[in-house]
Amino acid sequence: MEIKEKLIEKILLFIALSSISILALIAFFIFGEGLPFIWKIGPHAFLLGERWVPSHGEFGILPMIVGSFWVTLGALLLGIPLGLACAIFLCEWTPPLAATFLRPAIQLLAAIPSVIYGFWGLVVLVPLVRTYLGGPGLSILSGSVILGFMILPTIISISEDALRALPPYYKAGGLALGATHWQTIWRVLIPAARSGIVASIILGMGRAIGETMAMIMILGNAVKMPSSFLDSARTLTTNIGIEMGYASGSHRQALFATGVILFFIIMILNSSAIVLSRRRVE
Amino acid sequence: MESQGLHFYYGAFQALKDINLVIKARQITALIGPSGCGKSTFLRTLNRLNDLIPHTRVQGTVRLEGEDIYQPGMDVVSLRQRVGMVFQRPNPFPKSIFENVAFGPRVLGVHSKVEIEEKVEQSLKAAALWPEVSDLLHKDALGLALGQQQRLCIARVLAVEPEVILMDEPCSALDPLATLKIEELMQELKKNYTIVIVTHNMQQAARASDWTGFFLLGELLEYGVTGDIFTRPKDSRTENYITGRYG
Repeated sequence: MEIKEKLIEKILLFIALSSISILALIAFFIFGEGLPFIWKIGPHAFLLGERWVPSHGEFGILPMIVGSFWVTLGALLLGIPLGLACAIFLCEWTPPLAATFLRPAIQLLAAIPSVIYGFWGLVVLVPLVRTYLGGPGLSILSGSVILGFMILPTIISISEDALRALPPYYKAGGLALGATHWQTIWRVLIPAARSGIVASIILGMGRAIGETMAMIMILGNAVKMPSSFLDSARTLTTNIGIEMGYASGSHRQALFATGVILFFIIMILNSSAIVLSRRRVE
Repeated sequence: MESQGLHFYYGAFQALKDINLVIKARQITALIGPSGCGKSTFLRTLNRLNDLIPHTRVQGTVRLEGEDIYQPGMDVVSLRQRVGMVFQRPNPFPKSIFENVAFGPRVLGVHSKVEIEEKVEQSLKAAALWPEVSDLLHKDALGLALGQQQRLCIARVLAVEPEVILMDEPCSALDPLATLKIEELMQELKKNYTIVIVTHNMQQAARASDWTGFFLLGELLEYGVTGDIFTRPKDSRTENYITGRYG
């Protein structure tokens, strides 16, 4: 008996360690390939260089950083108000029966493969933008809108959890003081759930920065500094996704180096989300 | 404030049966009775907080200065401004002490900074909390001791300038010293406000109230001057309860 217990413990430990070690291996591999390259051409030239012409040995990723930034910002501008409004509605106004249908529908948004979002964007949204707003249609605006929808499930479900986790006496307290339902939501419930809501936004942001497939299809992938929301652009992820198939030598290393930067951004976002959601528990 | 022929139902369960009770202005009315007897439910019919609970139903009338608060078209928000409430568990919002008290005036649409500051100071003084927190106004309200939190909740209600203050077992989470402070405060407040307090504590009802109502199984068995209820109860069940034979 004793031996069997010990054995099971060891096996579980091994499994747990191996899943963590996969993460470590990936990190090790990306950093091993990418970091020496960044040192070689200099962090300054890599991060702030505006030209990306691998055939001429020019590896500046600033346009991609800027592209990622704008697309993510646009997605948040759309996703935060929509997601928060939806979470509030689900919590405060939706009859329980309707909520049992709505909630799985929102979860389903998260289950749709990103290539489907990309396809829909390409067929429906891109022509609309091209016709009514001009430009190539394949643009930061189209990408932002699609990404905005893609991050909705993250923002809605985590914000809703944060609002539901509030003790009921906050709401009763607000209403008993003669505040209207909306005043209670806006002045009591949302501030009280703030850390959870911020965590949901950061996780949504992480999802937006990491999204690749849909963005390859919608953004147009031009390697230049975007000058308006109607310009086509390239993000850090799509840069890797498009070129990895044929890259070799220092070009390949440059793509790994792009991955290093992406890794850092995501790590910072995720750890700040963890810190914030922990603060909520206290 | 008075209730006439008030019945209250949670779904099929009848929680209040034909409650007729006149609450005297600027007096303290205590509602006593064993758990589940309907006294807290009754308290919450007075500011319509029971409206929040689904599948509940009210029959009869509750009047505030002659006006039926259950009439169609009643403005529940302004009702709750006139009839404030202090809860069993101190429930300050997770904001600063200042912002907790400023909540009411802000909700009422007061924007002037000076006016709000005056109101906050005045309310905290009226709740006998000012000397303890005047240097901590912008600290988190949840950092206060429970008794202080409860007086903060009273200050928060006072800042709305209600006519009636409902207190639902306001001392049940507090130690004896903090309880005593709240009781002293109630005596001070009754000069300007009508107070209705639900309590499990017989001594508290006897000490602190002018009128006492005894609830049992959803009925108001006896209601009268506190001294009479505690020394010459008319109903033997009241006597049994206040002498601790059941409840």
